[in-house]
Amino acid sequence: MLFVRVLNIVAARIMAIEGEKNVYEVEIEASSLVKEIRESYATGKTRSYEWRMSQLQRLVQMLEHHEQEIAEAIVADLSKPMFEALAYEVAMLKNSCSLAVKKLKQWMVPEKVKTSITTFPSSAEIVPEPLGVVLVISPWNYPFLLSLDPVIGAIAAGNAVVLKPSEVSPATSSLLAKLVGEYMDNSLIRVVEGGVAETTALLEQKWDKICYTGNGRVGRIVMAAAAKHLTPVLLELGGKSPVVVDSGINLQVATRRIIAGKWGCNNGQTCVAPDYILTTKDFAPKLVDALKHELEHFFGENPLDSKDLSRIVNSNHFARLTKLLDEDRVSGTIVHGGKSEKSTLKISPTILLDAPRDSLIMNEEIFGPLLPILTVEKVEDSFDIINSGTKPLAAYLFTSNKKLKEQFVMTVSAGGVVINDTVLHLSVAGLPFGGVQESGMGAYHGKFSFDAFSHKKAVLYRSFAGDAPVRYPPYTKGKLRLMKALIGGSILSAIFALFGLSKD
Amino acid sequence: MESVGDLERDLEGMREYYSQGKTKEASWRKSQLKGLLTLLKEKEEDIFKALKQDLGKHHVEAFRDEAILPKIAVLSTAEIVPEPLGLVLIFSSWNYPFGLSLEPLIGAIAAGNTVVLKLSELAPACASLLANTIPNFVDNKAVKVFQGGPTVAEQLLQQKWDKIFFTGSARTGRLVLSAAAKHLTPVTLELGGKCPAVVDSLSSSFDRKAAVKRIVVGKYGACAGQACIAIDYILAERKNISTLVEMMKVIIKEMFGGNPIESHSIARIINKQHFLRLKNLLEDPNVKASIVYGGSLDEDHLFIEPTILVDPPLEAAIMTEEIFGPLLPIISLEKIEDSIQFLNSRPKPLAIYCFTKNKSLERRMISETSSGGVVFNDAIIQYAADSLPFGGVGESGVGRYHGKFSFDTFSHEKAITRRSFLTDFWFRYPPWNAHKWQLLECAYNSDYLGLLLVILGLKKPRRGSYQPAYSH
Repeated sequence: MLFVRVLNIVAARIMAIEGEKNVYEVEIEASSLVKEIRESYATGKTRSYEWRMSQLQRLVQMLEHHEQEIAEAIVADLSKPMFEALAYEVAMLKNSCSLAVKKLKQWMVPEKVKTSITTFPSSAEIVPEPLGVVLVISPWNYPFLLSLDPVIGAIAAGNAVVLKPSEVSPATSSLLAKLVGEYMDNSLIRVVEGGVAETTALLEQKWDKICYTGNGRVGRIVMAAAAKHLTPVLLELGGKSPVVVDSGINLQVATRRIIAGKWGCNNGQTCVAPDYILTTKDFAPKLVDALKHELEHFFGENPLDSKDLSRIVNSNHFARLTKLLDEDRVSGTIVHGGKSEKSTLKISPTILLDAPRDSLIMNEEIFGPLLPILTVEKVEDSFDIINSGTKPLAAYLFTSNKKLKEQFVMTVSAGGVVINDTVLHLSVAGLPFGGVQESGMGAYHGKFSFDAFSHKKAVLYRSFAGDAPVRYPPYTKGKLRLMKALIGGSILSAIFALFGLSKD
Repeated sequence: MESVGDLERDLEGMREYYSQGKTKEASWRKSQLKGLLTLLKEKEEDIFKALKQDLGKHHVEAFRDEAILPKIAVLSTAEIVPEPLGLVLIFSSWNYPFGLSLEPLIGAIAAGNTVVLKLSELAPACASLLANTIPNFVDNKAVKVFQGGPTVAEQLLQQKWDKIFFTGSARTGRLVLSAAAKHLTPVTLELGGKCPAVVDSLSSSFDRKAAVKRIVVGKYGACAGQACIAIDYILAERKNISTLVEMMKVIIKEMFGGNPIESHSIARIINKQHFLRLKNLLEDPNVKASIVYGGSLDEDHLFIEPTILVDPPLEAAIMTEEIFGPLLPIISLEKIEDSIQFLNSRPKPLAIYCFTKNKSLERRMISETSSGGVVFNDAIIQYAADSLPFGGVGESGVGRYHGKFSFDTFSHEKAITRRSFLTDFWFRYPPWNAHKWQLLECAYNSDYLGLLLVILGLKKPRRGSYQPAYSH
């Protein structure tokens, strides 16, 4: 075995193109990494409260000491406004970590559950335990937050973790590798950098859970790879998150919240960004005016020059987005913006009115600063339109109409629903964050992160006494009667059956 | 089996029915669950007959194991609203054909879904009974039942579902999960494994007797060992094994008589294929040599008598594959604590049974091993504990059900946030500057005093917390 491995490595070295790893090398590295980490995990180190706390506290320190460096790396990768990097990544991570530190003891306590007459006498509890060695694959748009937030949950639940950050955000990827290397227990927590080859090699390995944040196409690849090992997955995907805007609302506040959720979050490159708007034909002109007005307040007359807007992450996505606008019947529907600058990868906030329903922009997740508005006759019509598409990660409604709110909550299916705001449900403690159907499976945040990376083991304690002879052969009519009475839960019929007094 | 075109039309019809919203109504769900309850009551005799025909099960065993009905509680907070997933597919198994069909079906309906139930062809009398009676007791537009074998299963798996619930083997579980990946369909897989019984020294003879009775019934009394939670094998200290074996022999005779096949109290093997599989496990000469009780097989009646083996080789198939039959290997250990390492070097089972009064072993068993569940001083019975989740981990499965967990497994927990227009934090919005950052920091840390001080201009920006690379 060893000889074959050495031969493979030698062959790999001979065949390697300078500076690039080949498939063999990458596979061997992935498999020996997992082997090493499994051996460390088997020592039982991660199961102690002390180890988990030490790692979480180290993470808190890391975030505090390197806040500036982290923000700068995010800005380098995405030209994100420093404010967004600090507010939506660093601060949220600190919060998440502090919450875990504060609540870990509570989360680890087994949950006692009641037992019924069917197992009398007994006591029972549900004991959370780590799944083992987990893989976290994170995306480029919130490269720090979406890398470390799942890792926090995995550590809190007592797992060993391998993190594979996105190569599309290289500065944060390499900073993560450096900081995790410095601050965390490297025998159990590691960062693997790289692209498709490295990710594929990692996905071939056997993991106890895989957490993937990204798009549905790769989500399927991850789940198919996981299927080979019966590995459970947490998939945080995306979709077209709609915003339904009713009339009779505080238009200024609503507009600001829509703008903040769309262009104020990585310039639309966010999984829960408002993707498109649905509003009545009558209300649309008012909404468009309000949006134009507030957009100028936020980003000035020349948004391409504003420092408060992220750029598009790379030329691939830039081309994808400009193509959405260039489509024949679409370009004519632009009512605001539509400007772009290839050299700086910037696209200005763009609003479209009634682009054709079958155009690309109305069918693919936009993930950029383009906001189509679709008009309907009555606002309720929008619910059917939403439900006719695939289920999004989030659905938003702006209204003052109580009945409409309840109808929306009850009939629109999405990962999460927000009334009268956008995006910020992510930060509400106590709410699970995850999708449904195309937008994902599983959820995390807060205690849900701990749960997502745990196995909830059912434990039943029985005493040797209290045996119901009905359980054992030889089986008789009397035993059947007694069993029926017991399962029916009626003490009286049980007594009757015992004394042979039942009517059967 | 209908053609693929017909199947797709049927499913389209079910999705259409679902979108009308009927299945979401509480009254509809209650009426369906009542219908199933009525089915169980009215068809009890027929059910026993079918089980006898397919599995040779005694009706008391059948009643004990299959007539359990969970109580479902529907919980909803203003913030997390459970909603049905839509159209779900349930695969049930042959060993507990009623329980493993109806229990998930009940959960799916209670959660408001439309359901397609695929029964196992290996228990044909039971499948036929269910396929013919269920439509008379529930809403046919929302619940459809399919019989048939692997071809039918494959056709069903090609379709798009909102959830797949599968009970069966790990090998097929992988196929189901791969098919589900194409549509990003969430799954619950109730698989199996080798459920061990770790039997410690017990000083009281009362305890010893109770333990042995529970072990014997937890193997041979559970569909003749053909159950995902049946005891697969025993781990015990070498010094206790001969007493254990002797006690087991006595109890087996008490429970099943001198000629077990005549007791009609042990199920038979489901079919020839499984019978030959089990026969094969005993072919290995080293395995055969380790038989200390039983070992006789009746191919005509598909019956294998309760069999005990002591220390068959660990590499033999009987110790590496899930047995799923009435063969019980006992593996000897130097000390009982060695069982922990033994278990940890093998795939995670659906259940670990531990017979002990030693609290330290209890604690170590919970914290140092991993399995779907753990039961102390008994076996199988965890299935009846509705407040405990029932499911595996690793090779033994993904997800869980029973009781409220059934409802949850067929639901999506939708998170709802309601905001008013009144409180708006103006510092949420661009253009960004150091002042706004400060305010937001305070808000994040729930530092409302700090917030006030910054607004009043009484608190300076923290050094190094925000360095704009440009000025406003």
